[in-house]
Amino acid sequence: MTAAPAPASARPLRRALRAPAADRGNALPAGAWWLWALGLATAASRTTNPLVLGLLVGVAGYVVAARRTDAPWARSYGAFVKLGLFVVALRLVFSVFLGSSIPGSHTVFVLPELPLPDWAQGVRIGGRVTAEQLVFSLYDGMKLATLLICVGAANALANPARLLKSLPGALYEAGVAVVVAMTFAPNMVADVVRLRTARRLRGRPTGGVRAVAQIGLPVLEGALERSVAVAASMDARGYGRTARVPAAVRHTTNVLTLGGLLGVCAGTYGLLAAQGAVYGLPLLLAGLVAAMAGLRLGGRRSVRTRYRPDRWGVRAWLVAGSGAAVAAAMIRAGAVDPAAMRPGVVPLTAPVLPLWPAAAVLIGLLPALVAPLPPSDRAADRPVRRGKEQA
Amino acid sequence: MIRFERVSVRYEGTERPTLSGVDLTVPEGELVLLVGPSGVGKSTLLGTVSGLVPHFTGGLLSGRVTVGGRDTRTHKPRELADLVGTVGQDPLAHFVTDTVEDELAYGMESLGLAPDVMRRRVEETLDLLGLAELRDRPIATLSGGQRQRVAIGSVLTPHPKVLVLDEPTSALDPAAAEEVLAVLQRLVHDLGTTVLMAEHRLERVVQYADQVVLLPAPGAPPVMGPPAEVMRVSPVRPPVAELGLLAGWDPLPLSVRDARRGAGGLRERLADASPPEAASVPEPAAPPEASAMPGAPAPVVAARPRTGRFARLLGRGAVARAAPVADPVTRVDGLGVRRGRVEALRRVTLTVAPGETVALMGRNGAGKSTLLGALVGMIEPTAGSVRVGGLAPARTDPRAMVRRVGLVPQEPRDLLYADTVAAECAAADRDAGAAEGTCRALVSELLPGVGDDTHPRDLSEGQRLALALALVLTGRPPLLLLDEPTRGLDYAAKARLVGVLRGLAAEGHAIVLATHDVELAAELAHRVVILADGEVVADGPTGRVVVSSPAFAPQTAKILAPQEWLTVSQVRGALEAGA
Repeated sequence: MTAAPAPASARPLRRALRAPAADRGNALPAGAWWLWALGLATAASRTTNPLVLGLLVGVAGYVVAARRTDAPWARSYGAFVKLGLFVVALRLVFSVFLGSSIPGSHTVFVLPELPLPDWAQGVRIGGRVTAEQLVFSLYDGMKLATLLICVGAANALANPARLLKSLPGALYEAGVAVVVAMTFAPNMVADVVRLRTARRLRGRPTGGVRAVAQIGLPVLEGALERSVAVAASMDARGYGRTARVPAAVRHTTNVLTLGGLLGVCAGTYGLLAAQGAVYGLPLLLAGLVAAMAGLRLGGRRSVRTRYRPDRWGVRAWLVAGSGAAVAAAMIRAGAVDPAAMRPGVVPLTAPVLPLWPAAAVLIGLLPALVAPLPPSDRAADRPVRRGKEQA
Repeated sequence: MIRFERVSVRYEGTERPTLSGVDLTVPEGELVLLVGPSGVGKSTLLGTVSGLVPHFTGGLLSGRVTVGGRDTRTHKPRELADLVGTVGQDPLAHFVTDTVEDELAYGMESLGLAPDVMRRRVEETLDLLGLAELRDRPIATLSGGQRQRVAIGSVLTPHPKVLVLDEPTSALDPAAAEEVLAVLQRLVHDLGTTVLMAEHRLERVVQYADQVVLLPAPGAPPVMGPPAEVMRVSPVRPPVAELGLLAGWDPLPLSVRDARRGAGGLRERLADASPPEAASVPEPAAPPEASAMPGAPAPVVAARPRTGRFARLLGRGAVARAAPVADPVTRVDGLGVRRGRVEALRRVTLTVAPGETVALMGRNGAGKSTLLGALVGMIEPTAGSVRVGGLAPARTDPRAMVRRVGLVPQEPRDLLYADTVAAECAAADRDAGAAEGTCRALVSELLPGVGDDTHPRDLSEGQRLALALALVLTGRPPLLLLDEPTRGLDYAAKARLVGVLRGLAAEGHAIVLATHDVELAAELAHRVVILADGEVVADGPTGRVVVSSPAFAPQTAKILAPQEWLTVSQVRGALEAGA
């Protein structure tokens, strides 16, 4: 492939830098993806510049396209993008009909205004719609949409069930319950589809409210039966086995957890109330420490071990770090150059792309280079391309 | 290894115990097969071993079950998890995680094994069950045989001494079933695992069993013994044993190989006779159109086409309307169906004449169910055409289609919505526009002795199938489709089904059944169509297609080859005629 042979020392380096094919052993921890996505989301919350926001969406979208698998949860990205567009549209509609506090001089059009009684002062329905208020709502909506898309990216790249598996031992059983509940919904949807098509076999129309009402009960029954079957299977496979723990440890656990939670409550109250800030913070901290110790001790009751937990390697640090770097750069940019990050609405100005923050956003593309490459089933659908790669 | 001491189980609200007087000992390292007609408490007996009965299901267990010295009364299922591995009837309901590797590790995680031990055992199990290729795959994407193997693997990793399996091969095609049985064989031989399993498809498993436990009737005490002896007295028998009894072989053969050794004499006796040409399609001289059937409504000529405004603009709706001539023959021409990127069916061409029974065979996922779905109109063809009674099923109003074609789905429960059998029947009469009581009469015929107030959920698998069949037949459809009708049926229920379907075919119904059950196909079908990867790879008279295939040949054909006998009843008929 390379016409000019690279120096002998550079070749192993280049090989090491190329992302490996993803498998169980080098899978990135779900936490790394979430940190990356939250970094991008933090960055998005710091700006209303549509160009920067667009860049962030582009970065998230590119990484998702490059690194997502064919697993069912990976398909949720499209839904989040649609949700984001919906948020933008909703924000604009509200702005048009309910007016806005943004003063503006460029009237776009005038809607008939609904006269409201005196007590509803400050609320307006209809009336003048200005370019300024539209632009402001558009920026605002885009910010929200970008946040949503970042969350969607994390959801598509990291299996949510694996994130739950990194819970502490004491909370493990609750975590499994959540995972099982999460598989419940897709199964139920599949049941609805199957029963709706089965209605056709009885010669009944498959659409309409009555169809849904009639299959509701069988679907619920089926879902219930399935849950009972899964529970039986889990029980028979040792779910909920506990180790014998001395009574003293058990009591200490209870005291620590309960006392800790009480401390957290009291401390929070102290912090929020007008007086008592003096003891609020120490109480909160002490409560947190006690609760953590209680959880840790509670983990002793569980005999569970973990099979091949995800490892935080260099690649995981790079992925998480790239997100953090984008967030840090944006926060800094907000302090240094606020005008560029929040382009003026009154008077209307065209947003400009601030150069170095934009370059910083591109750091977020790092996962598309370093994260292990998932095997693509899509390649199997394109024999031509596969053939080319072989050649 | 497993001891049952005077065990009986009674569930709440039943007048007699489901199991009673079970006194058994299952020795270590044996493969023990549990047989008996439906509803004798096989699943309950299996449940008592893992402790799920009575800890999970409720009910009252008297007597004592001990597994490896542990009493199930004092040990909950989770405390037996390291000793007993259980796989239920539906592997999908067994899975807790979403990928193969996690699923294999799940049981060990719960038991708290050390990480390096878990890692090693997962790798060993992947190899033992031939799952290494699938290790990262989401479970939802696996085929039936693969799922069953993963389910077995997931209970094997904690190295249980006892494996309990409830119908492990019933839902599988013959090849996948052999895969699973080979694995079990290996476990028993190499690891010394004790295996206790229940299975209806005796022709597949009986030859592997060391001992057979027969539950002859509900509440009756079990009989345990070597397979050949138990098969002599058992009410359920595979064809090979049936043929052995008929020919008076001793010892009774259990595998095709044993039977072939002793079959020389029988082959000679049968040399003069030729297999009956039962497989010929009845003359199409009397085409039983919908109108010709008693109690059937006149054919719907102006079927309301379910076409959108655009289609009507393009004139498609008019086409459907302009084809009122009821063609009694079902025609599928160049049918293609795509699901996303997957081509489920490709260029399938098939005709089914009235009175003809066609068996669709092929491995899981070959497109059998899709073809049935296209025939009934649940699936719209992406290419080619389907004509049932001259209409395109996917574009015709379901209410009109119900009088032309009926499908009994793989899960007959999907068809049942009502609380009682009577309500179900009334609804079916209304749906099909049939005279009141039509359906009830059919139910009484197919399912004698089932009360009006019975809840469909309380019926056994076979009874539920019969009820669904009655509901579908209420519309007197000239074309009847059945998807995997013998899953979970015992031999008696199967024989009843065969009788009913033969009668329907004689009345002029065209029947298409998708099945893995080669014995059923041999018994019923005039023609066999084999699908592979969505294409028709064989289509011809049952005798010709089935006898030449190693996977799809029924046991009788394998034993008596090269003579072309398909079923024991054919042989019996020939012997009686000759005698």
